[in-house]
Amino acid sequence: MAGKKQRRNTNKQQQKQTAPESPQPEPTAAGAANQQSPNTAPRRAAPVPGDAPAPGGTRTVGGGAGFSGPGGPNRPQARRQTTNWADAGILGLIVLAIAAIVIFTAKPIASELQKHLGLDLQGGVSVIYQAVPSPGAPVNSDSMNALRNNMVRRVDALGVTEPTIQIENGNRILVELAGIKDPEQAVSVIGQTAHMEFKTEDGKVVLTGADLKSAQAQINTSTSQPEVALTFDSAGAKIFAQVTAANVGKTISIYLDNQLLTNPVVQEAIPSGNAVINGGFKTLQDAQNTALQLNAGALPVQVTTIEKTTVGPTLGQDSLNRSLHAGMIGLVLVFLFMLFYYRVPGVVADLSLIVYALIMAGLYLLVHATLTLEGIAAFIISLGMAVDANILIYERLKEELRAGKTLRSSFDAGFRHALTTILDCNVNSLIGACVLYYFGSSDIKGFAVTLFIGVFTSLFTAVTFTRLIMNLLVSSRLVLNPKWYGVRTKIAAALAKPAV
Amino acid sequence: MVWRENKNCCRLGETGSLRERRKAVNLIELRKYWYILSLLVIIPGLISLGTRHMNFGIDFTGGSLLEIQFSQPVTDTAIQAVMADQKLPSDSEIQLSNGNMAMIRTRALTQDESNSLVSALQQKIGPLSLQSDNKVDAVVSSELMRNAALAVLIAFALMLVYIAIRFEFWFALAAIIAIFHDILVTVGLASIFWLQIDSASVAAILTIAAYSVHDTIVIFDRIRENVKVRKKGEPLDELIHYSIMQTLTRSINTVMTVLFCLLALILFGGVTIRDFMIMLLIGVISGAYSSIFNASPLWFDFKRLRGESAATR
Repeated sequence: MAGKKQRRNTNKQQQKQTAPESPQPEPTAAGAANQQSPNTAPRRAAPVPGDAPAPGGTRTVGGGAGFSGPGGPNRPQARRQTTNWADAGILGLIVLAIAAIVIFTAKPIASELQKHLGLDLQGGVSVIYQAVPSPGAPVNSDSMNALRNNMVRRVDALGVTEPTIQIENGNRILVELAGIKDPEQAVSVIGQTAHMEFKTEDGKVVLTGADLKSAQAQINTSTSQPEVALTFDSAGAKIFAQVTAANVGKTISIYLDNQLLTNPVVQEAIPSGNAVINGGFKTLQDAQNTALQLNAGALPVQVTTIEKTTVGPTLGQDSLNRSLHAGMIGLVLVFLFMLFYYRVPGVVADLSLIVYALIMAGLYLLVHATLTLEGIAAFIISLGMAVDANILIYERLKEELRAGKTLRSSFDAGFRHALTTILDCNVNSLIGACVLYYFGSSDIKGFAVTLFIGVFTSLFTAVTFTRLIMNLLVSSRLVLNPKWYGVRTKIAAALAKPAV
Repeated sequence: MVWRENKNCCRLGETGSLRERRKAVNLIELRKYWYILSLLVIIPGLISLGTRHMNFGIDFTGGSLLEIQFSQPVTDTAIQAVMADQKLPSDSEIQLSNGNMAMIRTRALTQDESNSLVSALQQKIGPLSLQSDNKVDAVVSSELMRNAALAVLIAFALMLVYIAIRFEFWFALAAIIAIFHDILVTVGLASIFWLQIDSASVAAILTIAAYSVHDTIVIFDRIRENVKVRKKGEPLDELIHYSIMQTLTRSINTVMTVLFCLLALILFGGVTIRDFMIMLLIGVISGAYSSIFNASPLWFDFKRLRGESAATR
């Protein structure tokens, strides 16, 4: 390291000596040198980019071997550089490591992400119910919790995995069921607010749905027959105890919206509030249907559907395939653009985009975010911002190179200047994402979360990964010709001319 | 005023000496034309907004939207007949695509109503599969409106404060006007092209705002940097022009990469997010334009009006 430092010093001295005598190859470059330099860069002094000449280094550096710049194939600067093989090795290892990670994790990540698809991508239903107060059934936190529990039971009865059922705004319930085959039926069952009554033989209403806590289908362990178990709340249990005691041998029928659902005969007084209806069910499915209807009639408050989105499974699959396809095309275009325009840094940009995508996927899985169409859109937009971070850095790097700085100091100055810009930009995007999250509806929240994670990740990759790789690239001295940093030929030619 | 080649210029951003640069075309000098160009896009948009409003989706108007795929070709008169049978309003919209895909938009249907409509369509027309069934109540849509307006205003205020702290107030004001410009352009063109406005459009607007500020900050950051090393007697408009030129490659390249992604999604992505993506496309282009041709000249005008520019020639 000490030797390197020393060499650099020598280089600076050399620059000072050679600069005034160095012939300016272009009148324009002379103009550039005369004008005020906003980069606080030194006057165009060092025509030799890259690090200091190494005393014994005579070999042509890797990457420099194949091209012949406008300066001719025998550019002296190429002969005066040695490759730092330690740094080059680390660089190679990192690239290999990334390749290995991509190869080995791509499939597992993709299949994990497939498990957390939003309902717009795998089909499903999202409903918002609003509770409507009615006499005897006010809307408060108790009744809302009871409503929620009820809906959970109904959804369970439908056999949906990982449903979302949550109270919003104090008087609304959001139900999201992804991957459901018949979304319309689900909405019908969950939101059904049938009026349920328990009637004695003489038609007297003894209990209503409000007294029923739950109904569940089960197989009787001793008879192996399907049956429905009912549980009443404490007030309901008391009345049910009296009514059953008074009606042994008679029927107590259950009506839903004045339609007879079932009319079982009371075998015995039931004081506990836990009753069983059996005998009439041919299959467990039969019993389940009845249980479902009983639960359906037991909503503690009336609800209306204020928002509903259902997406059939084929539409979801189609959207997923199309957006993934489109996303890939976009990505490949960006990759190629960066590669052709920025060349060597373009490779670094593409690498950092891969790392960025890996981190994003990891974070996505970590927070169990659901992948939605809006999420994919936000991912692609934040990818654009991640690319911008790279572009900002490389454009700055080019400017510093054009101003005549060495590769090392161009790199340092380029990063320093670009990072403040990137930071200011990203803080603003984060502000936008936060506001969106706070005010957005649920699907917009998904967009905002992805945008937030994306902007943050892009900032992180720019500061850490891009910087590390560029640092190694510069100190490894693998690629020195400014041409390969995207500085255009005219200037590259000027810079590549021998100093003496 | 004439355009001519700047023969003294080797590269964008590497213009010649102060004296030489004075001869070259100056973006800030031409600012009148940039403002007019903006107005030429915004005014038709505003006229369209005022006369035929926007294509609000059910998210904003309330109502039901059903997407139905029939297994055989279908006509809208056939669907209309079934809808009339179901006593649904005659002003319901029916849109057909690919011959057998129907989109029906009507008033908010209850679950029973939508079930009976679907089964009636099945009986009268033929086998079908319900692709999607969306319903939004009027309560929700008015809330969405309010939240959307609030979100945009709050985001504006926060960005204004941030830029005012990191830069200075006049930068912040110019940036906010540029965002406002982009939103007007986007909303106006959305009205002209009749793009559907739904809750995702709010996300699009805010993303456009964030993106526009992003672009503007990159240029302002460079202006700020150049002001620090400003030479004595250098006119402010030249400094701004120079700063824009220095960042121009970056501005173009970044827009290009974002456009690649957006165009891919618009051309090959699903129909569901197409309008959303088109809005983003309009906004991103407008954002790139406004940060170069509006925000920076505006800042110059603010400075000039406050007598801080020393730019008179």
